[in-house]
Amino acid sequence: MEAFGLLMHGFAVLLTWKTLALMMVGLVLGIFVGVLPGLGGPNGVAILLPLTFTMDPTSAIVMLSCIYWGALFGGAITSILFNIPGEAWSVATTFDGYPMAQQGKAAEALTAAFTSSFIGSLVAVLLITFLAPMISSFALKFGPPEFFAVYLLTFCSFVGLGREAKHKTVISMSLGLLLAGVGMDTVSGQLRMTFGSNELLRGINFLVAVIGLFGISEILLTMEERLALRGHAAGISLRVVLKVWKDLPKYWVTLLRSSFIGCWLGITPGGAIAASFMGYNLAKRFSKDPDSFGKGRIEGVFAPETAAHASGTSALLPMLALGIPGSGTAAILLGGLMVWGLNPGPLLFVEHKDFVWGLIASMYLGNVVGLVLVLTTVPVFASILRVPFAAVAPMIVVSCAIGAYAIQNAMFDIWLMLGFGIVGYVFKKIGIPLAPFTLALVLGNRAEDAFRLSMIGSGGDMKVFWANGLVGSITTLAIVLLFWPVIDKVFGDLSRMLRPAKA
Amino acid sequence: MSNTDIEIVVDDPTAPEANSPAVTSNRVVDVVTSLLLLALALMLGFDNWRAGAAWDSTGPQPGYFPFYLSVILGGASLYGLVAAFLSRREAAETFVTRAQLRRVLAVFVPTLLFCLATQFLGLYVASFLLISVFMRLVGKIAWWKSLLTAFVFTAVMFVTFDVAFDVIMPKGPLEAALGR
Repeated sequence: MEAFGLLMHGFAVLLTWKTLALMMVGLVLGIFVGVLPGLGGPNGVAILLPLTFTMDPTSAIVMLSCIYWGALFGGAITSILFNIPGEAWSVATTFDGYPMAQQGKAAEALTAAFTSSFIGSLVAVLLITFLAPMISSFALKFGPPEFFAVYLLTFCSFVGLGREAKHKTVISMSLGLLLAGVGMDTVSGQLRMTFGSNELLRGINFLVAVIGLFGISEILLTMEERLALRGHAAGISLRVVLKVWKDLPKYWVTLLRSSFIGCWLGITPGGAIAASFMGYNLAKRFSKDPDSFGKGRIEGVFAPETAAHASGTSALLPMLALGIPGSGTAAILLGGLMVWGLNPGPLLFVEHKDFVWGLIASMYLGNVVGLVLVLTTVPVFASILRVPFAAVAPMIVVSCAIGAYAIQNAMFDIWLMLGFGIVGYVFKKIGIPLAPFTLALVLGNRAEDAFRLSMIGSGGDMKVFWANGLVGSITTLAIVLLFWPVIDKVFGDLSRMLRPAKA
Repeated sequence: MSNTDIEIVVDDPTAPEANSPAVTSNRVVDVVTSLLLLALALMLGFDNWRAGAAWDSTGPQPGYFPFYLSVILGGASLYGLVAAFLSRREAAETFVTRAQLRRVLAVFVPTLLFCLATQFLGLYVASFLLISVFMRLVGKIAWWKSLLTAFVFTAVMFVTFDVAFDVIMPKGPLEAALGR
């Protein structure tokens, strides 16, 4: 129950007019980037991060996480009204959401989407509230070998479980880890990979890379597409909201199942997209009338939205408790924490109690405020799409440049951002995933430090990663996950060979 | 209810034509990228080997960790190079069509010029120029609208960052003349 008291304290920290105002600003900005084509959660957070540099950490993280919630809500608007998924995880929402809009039930679909987003996030936040302190107090016992094993687990699960070609994930990850090492070596003070350049002495800043990779490259990609759109306008009346909410208890199984899937996949890296599809498919499979899915069934909106949001929110759990982000956006939030001098990881719960519980409390409040806000302002945001992209694109470019420059006051960073924009554009088109790169870049230094410290401790003996049951099982699990596709195949072949023998 | 009516329509007059010829295939780009990554891996690997990739009395030398990463990167890009060469599927995939490339360059070139202008004229002047000229020439939006939008946006940015939050941006001759 200590958690409950601390949470109440967190609410007390938040309930000032200034914080609530920042929350609203964050949510509005978030919905804005969620609705605009070519921008989404990670891009929005990356671009708007510099705005928060001069705030105190609590206000800053409240605003940033609200941008994130807003972007999650915003993605649903374009999926349902325009059949354009703002984010990859809103794709499943279009299956039933857009048909509903065509049948004149746009208001119901939107209400369903927002409500289920709210429920999904709420379940995940509850999980964070009670699980994160437990995990972090457990992780306080971790030494360098355990931490390195956990980092290894994160990286290996990306390679083993990701859907992209394995070598491309490895390329993306090792490149990220390498670039994280550019600059002054923190242990020996020696320069690495700078090739005599003074600009590279500072190292390659994570946020500069992210702004280029996600912001600039996304604009280039968006321009390739035809940007014309036709969609429905919708206003939501209180009557419709109440009608949908009255029916809500009927779908409790779907909601619960999707929340569970979302939380589970969110904690493991890269889950929100998989979660939304899985939530949708399972709802369809367990339905008495699977054929009606895809034709405007409200359950088809509930299932993927709940799962996507549960997973998007629970991705913050490993970030808070262990310092390992569960998604690209969480990685950017983590980068933000570092800018304010906060070191994410288990110690955060001990050293910065106010901050952590303020953040968790802001997840509750942000979701409630967000739900009310989107329900009342949908028509306004839908009409944002009327603003021509030719006006939006240069503004995004300027915001990106401001963001990149503000981090270290370096003109070189603006050029670096442009370079990463090109890299991101090419990588996305040839299928090299960017999420492992982002994660590796933000974790690189810490992973290397953990590795070197454990090597120094053991005198260079690799057996330190199997020295006790805890670190040994994490390391073994990491290696199993790395070779998971191979293992899965071998077991599949084996069971196929055995089955005819039995028959 | 009038909800069924399509009420929001946005046109895209300069949309890339669907039947535009391909400039290059995914395979070519994949091969080139793999080669570049391989070269990068060799370069970084060499630098780390020079910095010391072995052990000394205090533990691993600074180049130890990155050296092995360069090896992994090199190996993966070599594999990628071979895989891309052999892939039939990628050879058939279009990387970018000519019409698409034209549109991408229509954003990329102004962005490049904007970065150059920022270096010499300062960020605020550069952003005013970028927004107004881009809206006019690429978006075909009326001059007065373009100039007004650019001015308002730049002014808001200036007030937000320079005045309210004290985040200093690169500045040029105009700001110097105005005494900021």
